[in-house]
Amino acid sequence: MATVQQKTLPLNGDEAVAYAAKQSDVDVVAAYPITPQTIIVEKFSEYVNNGEVDTEFVCVESEHSAIAACLTAALTGARTFTATASAGLALMHEMVYVTAGCRAPVVMAVTNRALSAPINIHCDHSDAMAERDSGWIQIWAENSQEAYDSVIQAFRIAEHPDLLTPVMVNLDGFFLSHTLENVKVSRDDDVKKFVGTRKFPSVIDAEGKRVPFKLDPDNPLTMGPLDLPDYYFEHKRQQEEAIRFAPKIIKEVHDEYARLTGRRYGNGFVDAYRLEDAEIATVCLGSAAGTTKTVVDQLRAKGIRAGVLRIRTLRPLPVEDIVKNFGNMKAIAVMDRSNSVGGHGGPLFHEIRHVLYDTQAHPNVVNYIYGLGGRDMPQSIILQIYKDLQEIATAGKVKKVVQFAGVRE
Amino acid sequence: MVTIKELAEKPELFTSGHRACAGCGPAVALRLIMKALRGPTIVTNATGCMEVVSTIYPYTSWKIPWVHTAFETAAANASGIEAALKALKRKNRLKHEHVDVIALAGDGGTYDIGIQALSGAAERGHDFLYVLYDNEAYMNTGIQRSGGTPYGASTTTSPAGTVIPGKVQYKKPIAEIMVAHEIPYVATASIGYWQDMVTKVQKGLAAEGPAFLHVFAPCPRGWRYDTSKTIEIARLAVETCIFPLWENVNGEYILSPQSKGVALKPERKKPVTEYLKMQRRFAHLFNPKFQQMLGEIQEDIDKRWNKLLKKCNVTITKV
Repeated sequence: MATVQQKTLPLNGDEAVAYAAKQSDVDVVAAYPITPQTIIVEKFSEYVNNGEVDTEFVCVESEHSAIAACLTAALTGARTFTATASAGLALMHEMVYVTAGCRAPVVMAVTNRALSAPINIHCDHSDAMAERDSGWIQIWAENSQEAYDSVIQAFRIAEHPDLLTPVMVNLDGFFLSHTLENVKVSRDDDVKKFVGTRKFPSVIDAEGKRVPFKLDPDNPLTMGPLDLPDYYFEHKRQQEEAIRFAPKIIKEVHDEYARLTGRRYGNGFVDAYRLEDAEIATVCLGSAAGTTKTVVDQLRAKGIRAGVLRIRTLRPLPVEDIVKNFGNMKAIAVMDRSNSVGGHGGPLFHEIRHVLYDTQAHPNVVNYIYGLGGRDMPQSIILQIYKDLQEIATAGKVKKVVQFAGVRE
Repeated sequence: MVTIKELAEKPELFTSGHRACAGCGPAVALRLIMKALRGPTIVTNATGCMEVVSTIYPYTSWKIPWVHTAFETAAANASGIEAALKALKRKNRLKHEHVDVIALAGDGGTYDIGIQALSGAAERGHDFLYVLYDNEAYMNTGIQRSGGTPYGASTTTSPAGTVIPGKVQYKKPIAEIMVAHEIPYVATASIGYWQDMVTKVQKGLAAEGPAFLHVFAPCPRGWRYDTSKTIEIARLAVETCIFPLWENVNGEYILSPQSKGVALKPERKKPVTEYLKMQRRFAHLFNPKFQQMLGEIQEDIDKRWNKLLKKCNVTITKV
């Protein structure tokens, strides 16, 4: 049940993201356009030039500078937002790590798109997967509504003084970014109240004084210093320690948001669909979950005990939720919209199978690489994957661990 | 003009105890810049010698807010800080009436890897002062050539070989490139002339919009000279006109006093060999095999100097 007033707007995924940023009292946006994220930057520019937001918009000359500007703006005390995709995220790569390492709570939307070459503007997850280990929290949206809701939640999560960790909100390029959806939006005031104003944890400065963690002429701090082998390891360890607070904060924010809007996404970390008594299941990220849920319904109608687990937060990885949902599963197919060339399956497969290695039941886990470069994932292919899973469940063994789905071989 | 007494009374905001080499020119530059501040200031520093020597964790030489993020990001970081200050001020969340923003970067971070971010920030018109401390090579990583390394200089990636005698390209005219951005203030300065340099930092901070200060800062380690000669070399560069001092204020070129002195009395202009022979990075040029390069260097200096005089509307009276 929602407790705040909402209205329904026809928005595509990019517009939904821009709308969320508009309502979140963002101080600085520094961004550079790239397909299929472009609409976010265009929309936000309109808000700025029509006086609908009080944000300082820095229309930078590259994604590298976009993230670099957001990083120091955040350290100066501003709420910051940027958005990118594909090559843009790859160009940011260096600074993606620096942003997390400097504990700058930047929020970034990534409209997922394939990496070149060959150049391709359509959806896959190779861009965000390359940043998996950078220290950012990663939220993956299934639809535009969730993209909108997640951006608003992301500010609260990133800026939490116990966390100070940047958050990336992923939405599938074109499938979400350019597809019109009915999106429920809250009133500006309610969103502004929900996100609040930034609070700063206190840290000890060079003279032993407790000061707010920001670039403040009254309380000078040296940020981003050279860290040699005698301290670097501890600082990287601290990042890992900080992100352990993330589940508590993500849950709090997700629950509070659900109380206001009536919308929740599973438990905030995973979205388990018809898994209670399932024997076979798939795992995926993003918009593919929608199609898969439809297929699951069809299978259930035939009495097949199928389900799907959508991972919402890839970082931090919801280890316990994966184990809890899959502990007794007979066969699991992990769907990867990106590949680790020369590795053993895609990145999501690595995560899931790795987590399940420790379970008693030791379920069979296989991997399907699908949808690279925007290749469609029709119901027929998903059905075939569930058929394969039924065979594995019956036989109790796997013929081929890693396969490509929907490709001309 | 600031006096030495006034400077002495100013607090040391870039403090001693850092790890810069003896005779480090850029460290002198930083100290002078910090003496020129007019109020609350945030500094962002590109990766490079000055970042490395001043902030080895848990120590810091900085008594003002300072941030480093990467090599090519000084101008983008300054853009972000300035944008944040503007937004916070508008929303009444900034305690100070005004906070100055300074970006510091070496020649690698400016001429080469950082020029895109610098050009972008200048074009967007952020209100900040960018100080390039130019020691004419990537000194932090061990003396590799940059776009700011002069013709003929031997570096570890443009070594004085038996066939190729050091760097075969001329120094990129970075300050002119910044003038072409039509920003309110561009100037060159040398750490050999503290008063001129401090004045220019003050003018750069006072300018509304982007300001660019190109500071000549010799490096004894990379240029191969005795550590006691830093200031002498910094002055010789001006006296030989290999690094003339000038300002460009809102598009108008003005020759600075030290260079104007040379312009008005051309007999004061020293031959470049006096400058080159003090530095072992140029030692090979005095080998008969490559000696014609000395003439080329002098010719190039004369050509550029005459061009500058024209821009500054200075007419040389032949004696």
